[in-house]
Amino acid sequence: MATKPISTGAIPSGFDLDLEAAPPSILRRLHLDPPLLLGLLALCGFGLLVLYSAGDRNPLIVERQLLRLSLAFGFMCGVAQLSPVTLRNWSMPLYFLGVLMLIAVMLFGDIGKGAQRWLDFGFLRFQPSEILKLGVPMAVAWLLSMRPLPPRLSWTFLAVILILIPVLMIAEQPDLGTSLLVTSAGILVLFMAGLRWRIILALAVLIAAIAPLVWFFAMHDYQRARVLTFLNPESDPLGTGYHIIQSQIAIGSGGISGKGWLNGTQSHLEFLPERHTDFIFAVIGEEFGLTGILALLVLYLFIILRGLVIAARAADNYGRILAGGLTLVFFVYLFVNVGMVTGLLPVVGVPLPLISYGGTSMVTLMAGFGMLMSIETHKK
Amino acid sequence: MGEPSFEDRKREQRLVTSRAVVSGVLVILVLSVVVLRLRYLQMDRHEHFSVLSKDNRVKIQPVPPTRGLIYDANGVVLADNRPTFSLEITVEKVEDLKATIDELARIIPIDDKDRARFERLKRQRMRFQGVPIRLNLTPSEVARFSVDGYRFPGVDVRAELIRIYPLSEATAHVLGYVGRINERDLTQIDTGNYAGTHFIGKGGLEKAHEDVLHGRVGYQQVEVNARGRVLRTLEGSPPTPGQDLLLYLDMALQQSAIDALGDRRGAVVAIDPRTGGVLAMVSKPSFNPNLFVEGISQADYEALLHSLDKPLFDRAARGQYPPGSTVKPFIGLGGLNANFITPKKITFCPGHFSLPGQSHRFRCWKRTGHGSTNLEKAIVESCDVYFYDLASRMGIDRLYGFLSQFSFGERTGIDLSGELPGLLPSREWKQRVRKQAWYPGETLIVGIGQGSFLATPLQLAAATATMANRGHFIQPRLARASRFPGADTESQFPLVSRQMETIDSHHWDEVIKDMAQVVESPRGTAKRIRSPDYRIAGKTGTSQVFTIGQKETYDESKVSDRMRDHALFVAFAPVEDPRIAVAVLVENGGHGGSDAAPVARRVIDAYLGGTPLAGPVEASDGD
Repeated sequence: MATKPISTGAIPSGFDLDLEAAPPSILRRLHLDPPLLLGLLALCGFGLLVLYSAGDRNPLIVERQLLRLSLAFGFMCGVAQLSPVTLRNWSMPLYFLGVLMLIAVMLFGDIGKGAQRWLDFGFLRFQPSEILKLGVPMAVAWLLSMRPLPPRLSWTFLAVILILIPVLMIAEQPDLGTSLLVTSAGILVLFMAGLRWRIILALAVLIAAIAPLVWFFAMHDYQRARVLTFLNPESDPLGTGYHIIQSQIAIGSGGISGKGWLNGTQSHLEFLPERHTDFIFAVIGEEFGLTGILALLVLYLFIILRGLVIAARAADNYGRILAGGLTLVFFVYLFVNVGMVTGLLPVVGVPLPLISYGGTSMVTLMAGFGMLMSIETHKK
Repeated sequence: MGEPSFEDRKREQRLVTSRAVVSGVLVILVLSVVVLRLRYLQMDRHEHFSVLSKDNRVKIQPVPPTRGLIYDANGVVLADNRPTFSLEITVEKVEDLKATIDELARIIPIDDKDRARFERLKRQRMRFQGVPIRLNLTPSEVARFSVDGYRFPGVDVRAELIRIYPLSEATAHVLGYVGRINERDLTQIDTGNYAGTHFIGKGGLEKAHEDVLHGRVGYQQVEVNARGRVLRTLEGSPPTPGQDLLLYLDMALQQSAIDALGDRRGAVVAIDPRTGGVLAMVSKPSFNPNLFVEGISQADYEALLHSLDKPLFDRAARGQYPPGSTVKPFIGLGGLNANFITPKKITFCPGHFSLPGQSHRFRCWKRTGHGSTNLEKAIVESCDVYFYDLASRMGIDRLYGFLSQFSFGERTGIDLSGELPGLLPSREWKQRVRKQAWYPGETLIVGIGQGSFLATPLQLAAATATMANRGHFIQPRLARASRFPGADTESQFPLVSRQMETIDSHHWDEVIKDMAQVVESPRGTAKRIRSPDYRIAGKTGTSQVFTIGQKETYDESKVSDRMRDHALFVAFAPVEDPRIAVAVLVENGGHGGSDAAPVARRVIDAYLGGTPLAGPVEASDGD
């Protein structure tokens, strides 16, 4: 390996580009990480291409998505300028801001579609749980980096409380998808901090024990229906099952090479519901085939591995475990969506990260990548 | 916390790095599972899915339910559905909108109004939902389009049922209206059930009973060709139609109330005390609700909105006015019940009243005073001083506790969207809203129903019905029952009622007798509406629009039209066996006795079948 002694881990060198040897580039001075930036740009570019097809060649949809992407990239660049020390100092304030806003939603929120998730500021509606997708991992990283790693049991317990407070409030709204994502964000930071395997095992057993209780006492009827439909899609061909059946037909009929860009019959004859939002992965499968999907997955893998490299090379514990946690949450997004569309997981309303049409989660994701870049580029 | 040693740091870094490596491996493993799944779908089962995809001609379409109709008590249709054809553009599917519309205009006439409406509705549409460019196509226009339709992808003729309100202005405030579903409605409804539905209740009964009227969506499987056009219908589950609403409202009575008000602004609410059923509910002036169904033009809307007469404003359930002297019988009852007065107790009225130790004079409407006054005289001649005295001795807390049992200060709970609660002032309210302590003088003002005390005509009617029922409050209802179209059985909406605190029946007898004297006594403020056919119990009232200074007198001729007092009258009849309770409000009408009471008489006549009130009535002397 041709890098500084700092990278002691056995990281595949392909992702560990040698940047320090060269004089600091412009990107470097802008606090942007070239490999990560390249990966993200490629991914979003591909996403726009697919969206043009999935949105029935409506330039308006592509235009709006481009606008959102620009905003999100701008946000990423902005966050990247902050030093990890600043991020660390802002961890708890951001966390509390998020929790306060959740309380505000409980008191004054809009009730939309049976779920109370939005704060209405008149000119814009805002989902406070988005803040906590960053606030929770940051707070947990802040807490755990105060003591030597791995965390002791009492500190683990504190971290779990930090995670549970907002998660229970979000689950109450009720928003199962987001509360799962926020929980995993916190737990993944704990994992990166070296949570002992036996505790992980104990947690797994605990979750297995609680699951039936959640099923019977905490879940809403529609949430139970989704899980049942997942187990047997044909049982509900008009509702959620229809989504699963149609998306599998779309992907399966794509074959190895796909039907070609703009030629997906499933997508364009409107058999595939939500094809430009949550189910856009099926459009990729149909039009670009297994080849296209593999290329896409390699792109995602590249971004994730680069994130893990940044985590391993970070200057302090806070940076390390935050970078690792955020990267792994990105992966969880990807897996939950792809798993849903391919029929591996139940239907949970999680978009395909950075590709699905829609804005709220995109800004949060890119802010997360901004933190990764900050952690990578502010080292002395 | 001790400074960690270099060794410790090294160890921590190794730990995190190892976790990163483990994560990387796990990520790759999980992605491999995904790839295996894709291999299964796209290679192993590719043939199977290919065939499915090619044969995938079966689409599932929602079939919207038919909206329920609304009938009055005698089966008169108040809200109907009329089949129409409209030409719709799915904006998302059309590349050049303007060119498409221009081209369409060569086949089917499209004028500037159509274009303006299209632009307006386009902004509020749901995605992939058609927007109408032309409404009410004639059969020949439909035929012309079906010949040329293939040239216009994304443009379709749609047959749909449009809501129509045949009685237009007469029922506008009661029924409300339906309008196209917009983005804001979408957040309030179950979008699955509204797939295929284009209209939703926006106000009044249409909104309050939306769930009953709408029904449940059905589905059909249709076979489509490669361009997505429907070839035939295969199977499906039919929608459950919305239920019809059967109202208590009696159109004949409603019309007579409208006629009785004439050109004046105001409201009439008539309730059957036995059921709480609303027999008539009028707010004047009114508007044509049919304008709103297909999207009212900006100009028409502005005109309605900015009209000085406020035609869109539902005075019956949303108009909040000081109830004036109409509350006196209620307060008298409270005084009897709490032993602050007896029917015989005399209060001397010199024309004004002062609190002990204060110089401020609260005036009686009769400047020369009523002299020695008992409860009957105080109600019949509407003496203010008697009630100043009673209110000040009862105190605001007791007044509040008693009056709120008649639903003053809270919504009656009628099945109408947007009802307002009025305002029954209390110590707690003043502290919360005005951040001030309660002054004894304010209690006096509450005692004659002025000041911050506000009630809607609907509340007054409900309170009067409760008086007629001797303390049994029944929640007013417009809809009596619902019924599936064509079905024989109807399902009755339950009566919601509550009993007031127990009050001695002598007290009820006394107050109801006094209210009858308001009409029957030669000195009664409503003596002009006495009927030869049945007995009426009533009370006049005046609702002050602006305050007169200490030294000034209210001079009608000097006050501009819109600042004149509102005239009020509440009544029920027949006294022995009440079948109707009425509240009448005439905005800037002047006097309850001369302006509002005759309206009530005409409504009661229409309901009970009495001899019509003859001739114009001369101005009254009282309040």
